[in-house]
Amino acid sequence: MAQKKRKKDLSFWERIYIVEIIKGMILTLKNMLRPKFTMEYPEVKFEPPASYRGRPVLVLEENGVERCVACGLCSRVCPALAIEVQASETNLEKERYPEKFEINMLRCIFCGFCEEVCPEEAIVMSKDYELVFTNRNDAIFGKDKLLIPVEQLRDRIEFLRKFK
Amino acid sequence: MTIWEIIITSVIKIAIALTSLLLSVAYMVYFERKISAWAQNRLGPNRVGYRGLLQPFADVFKLLFKEDIVPDAANKTLHTMAPFISLFVAFATYAVVPIGPEVNLFGYQIKLVVADVNIGILYVLALTSLGVYGITLAGWSSGSKYSLLGGIRSSAQMISYEVSIGFSIGGVLLMAGSLRPIDIVNAQYGGMWNAILQPIGFITFVVSAFAETNRLPFDLPEAEPELVGGYHTEYSSFKFAGFFLAEYANMIIASLLIVTLYLGGWQIPYVDKLGLSEGLTVVLQIASFLLKTAFMLFVFIWVRWSIPRFRYDQLMNLGWKVMFPLALLNIVWVAMLIMIFKL
Repeated sequence: MAQKKRKKDLSFWERIYIVEIIKGMILTLKNMLRPKFTMEYPEVKFEPPASYRGRPVLVLEENGVERCVACGLCSRVCPALAIEVQASETNLEKERYPEKFEINMLRCIFCGFCEEVCPEEAIVMSKDYELVFTNRNDAIFGKDKLLIPVEQLRDRIEFLRKFK
Repeated sequence: MTIWEIIITSVIKIAIALTSLLLSVAYMVYFERKISAWAQNRLGPNRVGYRGLLQPFADVFKLLFKEDIVPDAANKTLHTMAPFISLFVAFATYAVVPIGPEVNLFGYQIKLVVADVNIGILYVLALTSLGVYGITLAGWSSGSKYSLLGGIRSSAQMISYEVSIGFSIGGVLLMAGSLRPIDIVNAQYGGMWNAILQPIGFITFVVSAFAETNRLPFDLPEAEPELVGGYHTEYSSFKFAGFFLAEYANMIIASLLIVTLYLGGWQIPYVDKLGLSEGLTVVLQIASFLLKTAFMLFVFIWVRWSIPRFRYDQLMNLGWKVMFPLALLNIVWVAMLIMIFKL
């Protein structure tokens, strides 16, 4: 930071202000010509980096089955009590699957604890930040909205393997 | 010209002046928002119409449809009158500003000024002083402490800076030897702009004009953080729009005056040496006048987004202890110029 100058230390040109004012105005003029930061939202959308915590989603494997084994850890760790899991049995290798998996997006605080605690990398934070509901029931996301194919979540999964 | 021809040309001139004034005020607001956005690396309004060009109309309609609230404690008559005083003063001043030389149109010699008054500058000074009433009455009649403080500040500020404005203009009048705006412009023929001959007077006039129009860095009457909205805190709907309009109209007047008094009005140095036809010269001169005014308006906005607000005691110090002596010094300087070089 620049040293704070006392009034008596100012030179003559600094004391009559005019030069300094012109300097300041040239600074704003330069800024006017710089490229703009604004993103025109509905037309141009922000593509977040992999570290971005959007809405939590369930990973859907390539064979069309979710990774989740319904252990219930996410539901247990969720500080906002947003996740509800009901387990059921299946003939697949993983033996258990979530019969019902609901995240109340009005409660979710995007802390990412569910993702951190998941032993199967089955629940991850996506890049989706456009969350709009017109009533409270719409805000409870069931399996239909939560299951996202694994290809779309590659970024985040790689990020987790590297940094988690 | 017969009396009817004079009346008709005057009415046409008034109509042109008023419409162009209202349009330029509307687009001043637009450019204010655009330039502020650019200075902050944003885009600014760009949704209504092509690149947001219809934004001022959207703003006006929004204000029109709003409820007009008058506080219980207000003095109803004065509360209603105040914005109209401001507006009247702002609009009436335009009458004496010449935008170009005399032109020959359909066989008539027409002066490009609504009223060629031989005491034009005095008229401008008188009317702009009246502008204080609009603001002071608005502040007093609202029955709110914020408005009152804003109104008082504004009257003190405008009266203080009126003094240095008057003395700065004194230098110009000495140079031109006339109070008629057209003569003042003619006296600056051939690059002898007052801004070059009397730079101190130019600076004091520009700074005082900023203070007179209540623009940043001297917008203490409406300092948002301390006075809510200042004198127009209690105004809404179209009365608020009136003040808003008057503020921008005052800014345009200030620019027109700066151009007329100091930047040579419509004059372009040595344009008559180029051997262009008369019509083309006139068009060029009017264009140069408008360009100069536009530049001054840009400076007004530019300064607003560059320089922080003065404290009230600093403002008074600057007005009485710096601007006033400098304006006096300028008069002495101009007198010396006239004595020595017989200008």
